[in-house]
Amino acid sequence: MLAQFLQFAMSGLTVGAVYGIVALGFTLIYNASGVMNFAQGEFVMIGGMVTVSAVGAGVPLPLAALIAVIVAASVGVLLQRLAIEPVRDAPPVVLIIITVGAALVIRGVAQIVFGKQLHKLSDFSGDTPLAFLGASILPQALWVLAGTVLIVALVWLFLNLTMLGKALIATSANRLAAKLVGINISFILALAFALSAVIGSAAGILVTPITFTYAEVGTLLALKGFAALVLGGLGSPLGAVIGGLLLGLSEAFAAGYLSSTYKDAVALLLMIAVLLLRPGGILGHAGAERV
Amino acid sequence: MMARFRQNCWFEPALIALIIIIIGLVLPSTYYFRIATLVLIAGLSATGLNLLLGYAGQISLGHAGFVGIGAYAVAVLPAKFAVPSLLAVFCGTLVSGIVALIIGRPILRLKDHFLAVATLAFGILIAMVLNNEQWLTGGPDGMAVPRVELFGIRIRSAQSWYWICGGVLVLAVVLARNLLDSSTGRALRALHDSEVAARSAGIDVARIKSIVFVISAVFASLSGSLYALFNGHVTPDIASFLNSIEIVTMVVLGGMGSLSGGLVGAVILVVLPQALSFFHEYEHLLLGLLMILILVFMRAGIVPTLAARWARGRT
Repeated sequence: MLAQFLQFAMSGLTVGAVYGIVALGFTLIYNASGVMNFAQGEFVMIGGMVTVSAVGAGVPLPLAALIAVIVAASVGVLLQRLAIEPVRDAPPVVLIIITVGAALVIRGVAQIVFGKQLHKLSDFSGDTPLAFLGASILPQALWVLAGTVLIVALVWLFLNLTMLGKALIATSANRLAAKLVGINISFILALAFALSAVIGSAAGILVTPITFTYAEVGTLLALKGFAALVLGGLGSPLGAVIGGLLLGLSEAFAAGYLSSTYKDAVALLLMIAVLLLRPGGILGHAGAERV
Repeated sequence: MMARFRQNCWFEPALIALIIIIIGLVLPSTYYFRIATLVLIAGLSATGLNLLLGYAGQISLGHAGFVGIGAYAVAVLPAKFAVPSLLAVFCGTLVSGIVALIIGRPILRLKDHFLAVATLAFGILIAMVLNNEQWLTGGPDGMAVPRVELFGIRIRSAQSWYWICGGVLVLAVVLARNLLDSSTGRALRALHDSEVAARSAGIDVARIKSIVFVISAVFASLSGSLYALFNGHVTPDIASFLNSIEIVTMVVLGGMGSLSGGLVGAVILVVLPQALSFFHEYEHLLLGLLMILILVFMRAGIVPTLAARWARGRT
């Protein structure tokens, strides 16, 4: 009984960590630029895909991971420069469609470069499960959890202790005021996209040995990351990560105790329910918008 | 005098009807009729989404969900419950309308990306059900759709489907044009410019959004039914995310807020894959590029941009 519970909880936390990081990536970009980047799931895909190919080509894993992160960061910056910057003052609907378009482009390129099949990366430190109170835990799951803690800690340190991070926070708080104190807004926005791509791809690298990856994995990941965001409260980086973990847990328990056929539906239903039952409440304010 | 004529609400539908008739008379072979019919079917869902996205400014990334409901209504009901096809079309439309009515009101309270994600989730849920309920829908392989019989005659030829779909599309455009020229249409445009201002002016914003959402869902569902009957086979792909995006791209490409724009978008996105044999292979890439390029360089879309240029050139 306990063993089963632990088993589900562990797998829930593992995938939940990835949802949380996707949500954190959403938050970084959204806070800085007001853009909801629907290509967020593609960063995770790039991380996994590039690492798999590089390892397949004989590159050692750490170097392959580094290459993947650099590729993702470049794609993030390109996305901001080529697709977002030219339409910066466009209405939200236009920005949404642009990032959806960007997601399709990245996915399309991935299909051409890596093919449409499933890709698998071997576990970082063997696949012998560790026994823990009757549950068996994959070493890779520990990698994912430890990696997530590290990523979140690094993002926190970056935002709070470096000048650049503080400039990013300032831009999020008030773009005009940030510009007035001499912050290079355009650079900061590109930085937000790069940072978001870096953490997304890192999560992709960590989780690919468990979940595999394929060119079209991004849509569902982005949706679930967004669901995590909604659960945790839009705009709060810590809330995003907690929302992700909560979502992963509910998914794993629903799949374990109810039915695994509709495992993916859990996140979507949960998100729609929260959105509808707490209209405006998620954002912390209700009623008419200010004009 | 010409300008006055163009303002008449019958001008656009009449022009579209004329073009459909002329094309129907000159098309050389069944192959072309097939493609033209697909254009008309796509144009129907694009017209619906254009009302929502282009005129009301509300995004939906899950409209293929309604297309899926319509398509599977004419596949499942006749095959499993012996419902006549035409009645099944009506049932599908009714179900889509009711679903849109029920989910529309709460969902449309959401703004921008929340709305985008909620509708996206809706579409994916529908596709998930169609994929998983194998006993009913045949699963990922899809199922055959029984042919329609009208007055005892089996409708098979692409030519007959062309005229049927053309008729339905013209009716839909007339309906849409009339809606836009009514007080509801004015309310829609007010809503698009500023929701707060519209509400202050006494417009029941929730009701207007809900009406447009239902109409766009009904159009999508109808186009799904027509497609399924015409094609004779449906798969869950019809409700896929990619299909939702395709409808959005048609509207963005042709022109948000221009009925003929949506149709031009439909023509391009249906004909292009036929003309370029590699299109299907690179579907994601090309669709995405098209969306970005149009929004960056020609944000109003093809038809409004050309219309503005033409008007400028004349004065």
